[in-house]
Amino acid sequence: MRSTPSAGAHHGRRRGGRAPGPLRRALGRHWYAWAMVAPVLVVIGVLIGWPLLRGVYLSLTDATEANVGRTIGVNVIPASYEFVGLDNYLDILTSSLFWDKLTWTVIWTVSCVGLHYGLGLGLAMLLHRRMRFRSVYRMLLILPWAIPGFVAAFIWRYLFNSDFGVINAMLKAAGLGAVGWLDDPTTAKLAVIAVNVWVGVPFMMVALLGGLQAIPADLYEAAAVDGATPWQRFRHITLPMLRPVSATVVLLGTIWTFNMFPVIFLITRGGPGSDTEILVTYAFREAFTGVRNYSGSAAWGVIILALLIVLASVYRRALRKQGEVW
Amino acid sequence: MSTVNTRPVAGQGDRRGPLASVLLHATLIAASVISLFPVVWLVLTSLKPRDGWLSAELELFNQPSLTNYSRVFSETEFPVWLLNSVVAAGLTTVLGVFLASTTGYALSRFSFPGRRGIMWLLLITQMFPVAILIVPLYNLMAALGLLNQIPGLIVAYMTIAVPFCAWMMKSYFDSIPREIDQAGLIDGLTPFGTFWRVILPLARPSLAVTAFYCFMTAWGEVAYATVFMSQEDKRTLGVGLQQFVGQHWSDWGLLTASAVLIAVPAAAVFLVVQRHLVAGLTSGATKS
Repeated sequence: MRSTPSAGAHHGRRRGGRAPGPLRRALGRHWYAWAMVAPVLVVIGVLIGWPLLRGVYLSLTDATEANVGRTIGVNVIPASYEFVGLDNYLDILTSSLFWDKLTWTVIWTVSCVGLHYGLGLGLAMLLHRRMRFRSVYRMLLILPWAIPGFVAAFIWRYLFNSDFGVINAMLKAAGLGAVGWLDDPTTAKLAVIAVNVWVGVPFMMVALLGGLQAIPADLYEAAAVDGATPWQRFRHITLPMLRPVSATVVLLGTIWTFNMFPVIFLITRGGPGSDTEILVTYAFREAFTGVRNYSGSAAWGVIILALLIVLASVYRRALRKQGEVW
Repeated sequence: MSTVNTRPVAGQGDRRGPLASVLLHATLIAASVISLFPVVWLVLTSLKPRDGWLSAELELFNQPSLTNYSRVFSETEFPVWLLNSVVAAGLTTVLGVFLASTTGYALSRFSFPGRRGIMWLLLITQMFPVAILIVPLYNLMAALGLLNQIPGLIVAYMTIAVPFCAWMMKSYFDSIPREIDQAGLIDGLTPFGTFWRVILPLARPSLAVTAFYCFMTAWGEVAYATVFMSQEDKRTLGVGLQQFVGQHWSDWGLLTASAVLIAVPAAAVFLVVQRHLVAGLTSGATKS
C-alpha cells in the first residue's frame, strides 16, 4: 500500500513564479487523480451516500406508505410522518422475530461460507494436481458460476418441486417417499443452503486455485526432503501460504452470503411462513409488500449494515493480530 | 504468476498409485455431475412438449420439440424483457468499465489526499444491503422521474458493480510496471494521455473481466429491478420470469425454455472468457 512518488507529482512541479499556497499546490499536483476518481465519487455520493443518510433519517421516523408525501394526478399530498427517535430500533430489537431471523441468518451464512470454502479448497487441491482431463473438469466445475443467479434459483425450484421435480422422482425410483422440500421449514432451509452452495463454490474454487498456483513449488520439495507427511505439508505450507487469498475471499463471501437476495427470494419467497427469510429479504418484504413500512425497513437495513461493519472490523483486527497486512 | 503456472504441479505429482488415481477421478466426476446436472435437466425439460414438465418420469427424451420456445416468443412478453435486459446490461457494462478503470488507475498510480479513504469507501459499499438503500433510492428515483426508466436502473447497477470492479482494476494496474507510465510521460503525454494510450491497451485482459463482471451483475439482478420496474413493458428478464411460476399458476415449460435462452449464451461467453477471469481475479486476490 505504500506508494512511490506519484506520476501526478510530475505535473505539479512545473508551475513557476511565487510559491503557491498548500491548497493550490495540492490542486495542481493532484487534479488528475481527483478528476479520475470524481465520477465514481459522484455516483457513490448521490446513489449511496444520500440514500444512506436518508435511510438513517427514515429509520428514526414513522414513515409508511400511508403518510409519505405523494403526488396523485395534480394533487400533492404533503408528507405527514413524524420523528420518533429510536422507537423503530427498540421495537425491532425487543421482538423475538428479529432474533429468530438473526439466528437463521447467522446459521445460513456460517454454513454456506463454511461449505463454500471447504468444498472450494478441496476441489481446488484436486484440480491443482497434474492429471488427465484437468481442463475439462475445471470447465465443468466452473459452470454454475456462469448461470445467472435468478436462473439458477428457478432451475432449483423446479428440481425441488414436490410433484414434478426430478429430486423426488429419483427418490421414488429408489423406493423412497417424496419429500415436500419447500413446504417444511427444515427441508426448505436445507434446500436453500444447498442451492447457494451450488452457486457459490466455483468462485471460491477458482480464487483458491489461483492462490495454490502462486505457492512456490520448492517449498514442497524442501518439505518432502525433510520427510514431511502430506498432512503436515498441507498444515504448514498450504494453509499459511493461502492465508492472504483466504482472508479476502472469506470476508467477501461472508458479506455476499449475508446479503444474498435472489436465492431465497426466488426459491421460497421466505416461506414456509417466514422460516427461510434472512434479514435482507425480510427488510425488503417490510418495504414492498402490504402497507409499505418504509421506516421499519430502513431500521432493519441500518441494523444489518451495523452488524456487517462490526463483523468486518473484528475480522480485520483478528487478521492484524496474526500479522497479516490487509 | 505466469512463471509459477508453468512449473510442474506441487505435491506427490506423478507418483500416484492406481487407487489414488481412481479416487481422484471418481471425486471429480461426481462433483462435475452435480455441477452439470441442473443445467442439463433444464435443457431437457425445455425440449419436452407443452405439458411435458407435468410428468415426473425420469425419461431423458419424450417427443422432443421446440414448442416451449416458440410459445415463449409468441405468447409472452419475453422479447420485450430480453430487449430491456440487453439494453440495461449493455449500458451498465460500458459505463461501468469506464468508471472502474479511471478510478482503479488513479488509485493505483497517484498518491493523493483521500486515496486511502476512497479505497475504504469502495470496500464498505460492498457491504451495503439492498434493504437500506432500496427505499431511499426508490424515493430518489421517483423524485427524479426515473422509475420505470432504464437509465434509472443502470445508475442503480453502477453502485453494485463499480466498487468491486474499481478494486479489481486497481490490482491489475498495480501489476503493470510504473516505468511504462514514466516512459509515456517522458514522451510528452499527459497523465491522462498515458492512461488512455499506453496503460489501457495493456490492461485489456482485465478490462474484459471487468466488462464481463458488470454485464453479469446487471443481467442477473432482481431486487432493484423488481421494485423500480413495475410497468409491464419495462420489466427485465429477472422480473418477468417470475410471472411464469407464480403462487397459483405456473408453467415450467415456458420458464425452462426462457431460462435456457438466458443461461446458455451467457454460459458460452463465460466459458470462453473464464481463463482471463481466473487470471484477473487471482492477480487481485493474491496481492490485496
